[in-house]
Amino acid sequence: MITRCLRIAAMTDEEVPLAIAEGLSKWYGRQLGCRDVSFCLYEGEVIAVVGESGSGKSTLLRLLCAELAPSAGKVHFRTRDGVTRDLALLGEAERRFLVRTDWGFVHQDATLGLRMAVSAGANVGDRLMASGWRHYGRIRGTAADWLERVEIDRARIDESPQTYSGGMRQRLQIARSLVSQPRLVLMDEPTGGLDVSVQARLLDLIRGLVADLRLSVVIVTHDLAVARLLSHRIMVMKDGQVIESGLTDQVLDDPREPYTQLLVSSILPP
Amino acid sequence: MNAPAYNFAYLDEQTKRMIRRAILKAVAIPGYQVPFASREMPMPYGWGTGGVQVTAAILGPSDVLKVIDQGADDTTNAVSIRKFFVRTAGVRTTTSTEQATVIQTRHRIPEAPLSSHQILVFQVPIPEPLRFLEPRETETRRMHALADYGLMHVKLYEDIARHGHIATTYAYPVEVAGRYIMDPSPTPKFDNPKMNDCPALQLFGAGREKRIYAIPPYTRVISLDFEDHPFERYRLDGTCALCGATDSFLDEVIADDHGGRIFVCSDTDYCEKRRNDHALLTDSGHD
Repeated sequence: MITRCLRIAAMTDEEVPLAIAEGLSKWYGRQLGCRDVSFCLYEGEVIAVVGESGSGKSTLLRLLCAELAPSAGKVHFRTRDGVTRDLALLGEAERRFLVRTDWGFVHQDATLGLRMAVSAGANVGDRLMASGWRHYGRIRGTAADWLERVEIDRARIDESPQTYSGGMRQRLQIARSLVSQPRLVLMDEPTGGLDVSVQARLLDLIRGLVADLRLSVVIVTHDLAVARLLSHRIMVMKDGQVIESGLTDQVLDDPREPYTQLLVSSILPP
Repeated sequence: MNAPAYNFAYLDEQTKRMIRRAILKAVAIPGYQVPFASREMPMPYGWGTGGVQVTAAILGPSDVLKVIDQGADDTTNAVSIRKFFVRTAGVRTTTSTEQATVIQTRHRIPEAPLSSHQILVFQVPIPEPLRFLEPRETETRRMHALADYGLMHVKLYEDIARHGHIATTYAYPVEVAGRYIMDPSPTPKFDNPKMNDCPALQLFGAGREKRIYAIPPYTRVISLDFEDHPFERYRLDGTCALCGATDSFLDEVIADDHGGRIFVCSDTDYCEKRRNDHALLTDSGHD
């Protein structure tokens, strides 16, 4: 016991997982959302969750950010003070604090992640103002820098996201999430509904940002190409359960489960 | 069974108690919107049903009532509410700000400074400052509970981005006693500084929305702003055509059919008093 404690004390931040899911299950009444999902996510690591529609991917994502309460199991998250805490024991105020600082979200439908009624600049500045920034010039400057970083023209800072194309909205969503320097980013089909060339640029951007900022990412996708491009590890879900997981290349090149084999073989050759 | 046939100031005794309890709670938690069981009043919503209920609940036989509508004592809303209380409570009324003990107001705070024996009652159409930013009532309540007010600044940011300055000119959000964000009812932002450290008790009644809130005397009330775009009072750049005031909040009045216009004080009592004082001065000058 003592040696174990000593071992933990000697661990650096790199070695303690950022987030730990422990036997996560969610039932919607008699309907299964997901069952007994466990994994660790380390800093700088990207995990892809793949599977067909209705396999529990989005449920898992919502459990991870405590937006849903699990029917069983726990999620632990290491906050900035270095303490790993059980999300179920956090108060609503603490959870919201995490939502606007340490966590980022990228939704498939950008209108869910953005405030469509206010300008792009206000969208990016939202988190800054929520965490107490009160200097207009600095908020605007930071917002403009981030727009540039996600390849949106600075001159369009005062335009409403209504006037943005699908790909731009998605990039704006990313800027909005990353401006608070989150440590964990949850993405739900970030490239869904975009045409292939726009997808490619977006993936390129995400890959660059993830590497630069050493982000930990859980990305839900049904697109195996996205998983292969972005993620280090992969989890394959079917009927609410993780049926296979491992290093992305390994799983995709040498799928063990029949379902995974089916998934891999159903990619159309270009 | 043997309830009195007449109860002072329109409301029945149980209603009065209920409203007074809400008022006490509101005073105890400055800026917090207390839900109350708003009653039907003999006037349509939007004409001051909330303010009338609050006034009726606090009015005593020795009170002197003043009612203003956009600063004026002589507009329809002010006249009819004043008549209503003369009829149902028999209280004395006045148009003089100094002499009043209870002032019910729509959209203005009088120019004359208020004192500690006075109560100002505001008629409020929409009590929720976050309403147009977040339509869900459950969510706005949670935001108040957690002091999650970033959204308010998003609105101000948007103002500056669009207009170059904070273009909100009325219902300008304030922070009360360092805690709750409050909508000061649609008063012009010119009046916001008067709420801060005010010796008079300020009560806000919203009849349709069924909310009462309050600013106790001598409470810190701060108008929200940015460090590099500080709060500014706004008044039309002009002088009152009647009394020559350069410091009061002005209304613009079309004076003829050729687009001619004049500015006059929105606070009629303030304007009248200034004119009387001036007349006295010039009279004594002739002697």
